[in-house]
Amino acid sequence: MDKIKKGTYFTIEKLPSGVVKVQLIRLGLSEGDTILCLERLPGGTIIVQKNRQEIAIGFELAKLISVRSK
Amino acid sequence: MKDIIEHKDHHLHLENPLEATPGGMQKIVLAGNPNVGKSLFFNYLSGTYVDVSNFPGTTVSITKGFYKNSEVYDTPGVYGVSSFNDEEKVARDIILEADIVINVVNSLHLERDLFLTLQLIDMGKKISVFLNFGDELKKRKIKIDAVKLSELLGVPVYETSAVKKIGFDKLDEAISAAKIGIQPDGLHHILHETLNRIGSQAEALLITEGDEIVAAKHGIPCGSGEDREFIYIERRNRVNEIVSTVEREDSSKGFFFNALGKYSLSPLTGIPILILMLTILYFFIGDFVSQRVVNFTEKTIGKKYFEYYIKTFVADYTPSDITVTRINEIDPATRTRVYSFKNNLNENQNIKREFLHFSREEDAIVDFHFSNPIAKLLFGEFGIISMTITYLLFLLLPLVAAFYFAMAMLEDSGYLPRLATMLDRTMNKIGLNGRAVIPIMLGFGCVTMATITTRLLGSEREKTIATAILMYVIPCSAQLAVIAVLLSGAGFLPIFIYVFVIFSTLVVISTVLNKFLPGQSTPLLIDLPIMRMPRLDNAFKKTFFRTYGFMKEASVWFFVGALFVGLLDITGMLTVFQNMLAPITVHWLKLPKEAATAFVMGVVRRDFGAAGLFNLALTPMQITVALITITLFVPCIAAFIIMIKERGIKEGLIIWFSAWIFAFLIGGIVAQIII
Repeated sequence: MDKIKKGTYFTIEKLPSGVVKVQLIRLGLSEGDTILCLERLPGGTIIVQKNRQEIAIGFELAKLISVRSK
Repeated sequence: MKDIIEHKDHHLHLENPLEATPGGMQKIVLAGNPNVGKSLFFNYLSGTYVDVSNFPGTTVSITKGFYKNSEVYDTPGVYGVSSFNDEEKVARDIILEADIVINVVNSLHLERDLFLTLQLIDMGKKISVFLNFGDELKKRKIKIDAVKLSELLGVPVYETSAVKKIGFDKLDEAISAAKIGIQPDGLHHILHETLNRIGSQAEALLITEGDEIVAAKHGIPCGSGEDREFIYIERRNRVNEIVSTVEREDSSKGFFFNALGKYSLSPLTGIPILILMLTILYFFIGDFVSQRVVNFTEKTIGKKYFEYYIKTFVADYTPSDITVTRINEIDPATRTRVYSFKNNLNENQNIKREFLHFSREEDAIVDFHFSNPIAKLLFGEFGIISMTITYLLFLLLPLVAAFYFAMAMLEDSGYLPRLATMLDRTMNKIGLNGRAVIPIMLGFGCVTMATITTRLLGSEREKTIATAILMYVIPCSAQLAVIAVLLSGAGFLPIFIYVFVIFSTLVVISTVLNKFLPGQSTPLLIDLPIMRMPRLDNAFKKTFFRTYGFMKEASVWFFVGALFVGLLDITGMLTVFQNMLAPITVHWLKLPKEAATAFVMGVVRRDFGAAGLFNLALTPMQITVALITITLFVPCIAAFIIMIKERGIKEGLIIWFSAWIFAFLIGGIVAQIII
């Protein structure tokens, strides 16, 4: 996920396991979801949007999420 | 013996507010994600005010009130019921005890919020759902079919706009109509075994979802990570299905895109916005309040009226030496007059009249010296009554209120999580993630309060780094106030040196900690609330309650500090201490030896220490050194106590003692260079 481009849609393939997975699912991000990369900040912090929900994801976490671009 | 045990039991029950209530009152619990408006519901039901703000993590403790014949509890905003952090643990315990849960949902974020709703339903709780932010929905042309939603969930659903107080009239109905919702077919099969052992569906669910604390309470192993994931994914799918059935959007995508919210995220535009925001803050707090307002309140109301009249009154009864200086008078012969009253003001009516006349000149500065130790202790230079009240009411109060007002506006606007996101990568370099911006910004308000909020950070390592930064380098609003006044009088270069030294210290300390502290920091994962115009009434309310809380807490320590220093002063201990520290103060820091007083007072309260520098005649460079030293110096007693509580004795003491070393070491090095 750390490599996705701003303004593109992508599908989440695999979330990292453990507590962080649960937190991501709660915020509305789960495997198979298609979401929009709203913004990529310099340094790699990523802001994604799913419907109206905006979520900021740190670079280190983004690296652990595997995605497939659409 | 039996009586004693029963009595003890009874007593224990009373101590825990969540256990059986006298008369078996029904417990209504408000639950929901952060920023959904729970607190407004609570205010409406119980009639009391709770802090309402637009960033996660402000309702740290439980608030309890009464509505008709029920107890009402407000809970911290959580995304789900479990034990991932302190807020969740607090919320979980109250929800487990609830008879009825009023689940407040942000209509704009159904996908996120219904996750908790379904978990509450799966727990088997009687619930009613309130779809809040009805006005925002209309504005954004979104339609939610509440009837259909109610049908799918199996619980009553009401539409409200809490900010505009629309829909609160449905609360009575919601409380009596609350019911257990529709649970997925497979759930009972999964919970069956645990449920049979412990008898509570809510707890059985949490145990199966891997809640170790609840499991330990019943002495049974908790569910595996797989069980939890299975339940969570199934629940997520159900939420998505429900949302796609009940929600209709009439406008095209991108309509909701909030320009300011977006621009404040990316550094290219976000840094100018941050600078603009800080500039406005500077003009509001640094210029308008700390110069103009405080000049009037402290110099005019405080010194010229309050202290003058109270001290003149005291001088009516006790011996005094009074020096009056007219600062606009150039002729040294008439500039200063000294009046000496061996008994009291009334011993010579002519001199008294002349003194009263001369001291009331527009530019007169009046210094009272009382020889009576009690008069000195209460009304002298460090007078418990005179100095403390002037500082508290006429210096601190306007500044602290201004700071809290600015923070309240920022919190309400939804800007802070965006700031956290923008600064995430920068914070990564010092072993923190963007969320740490919140405690650090709060630290500029009150270090004690900020230390408590370090709890919201993800790991012990981050908590240690953030606490160390708060304790070493962040000046609290009260201290900042004094610093702002002194520095803005000293000129541009001192401001530059001060900021440079403090900032470099911050970078060095946090980088070193990041390098040597074991463990790993957690990456950022934060949800961004909608940017909105801050609501003035909310900001004023919050300012009032926080300022009141702060003054209540600070005042005690101010009086204690004044008493402590006053006693040192009249017993001559202050001079002893000043002489003891003199080699450091005079030779190493190149300050007058009286500056040591500021450090003695600084141990009690930081701002109190900085305030002690006010009365010394210092050059701009001496001011710079003194302020650098006092900023890096130990935190106030209240912050110290909270730090020990949060971080443990060992870590607390290491931080506290090393603050002494850093302060004098760095202050001294700067002094050797610039003075």
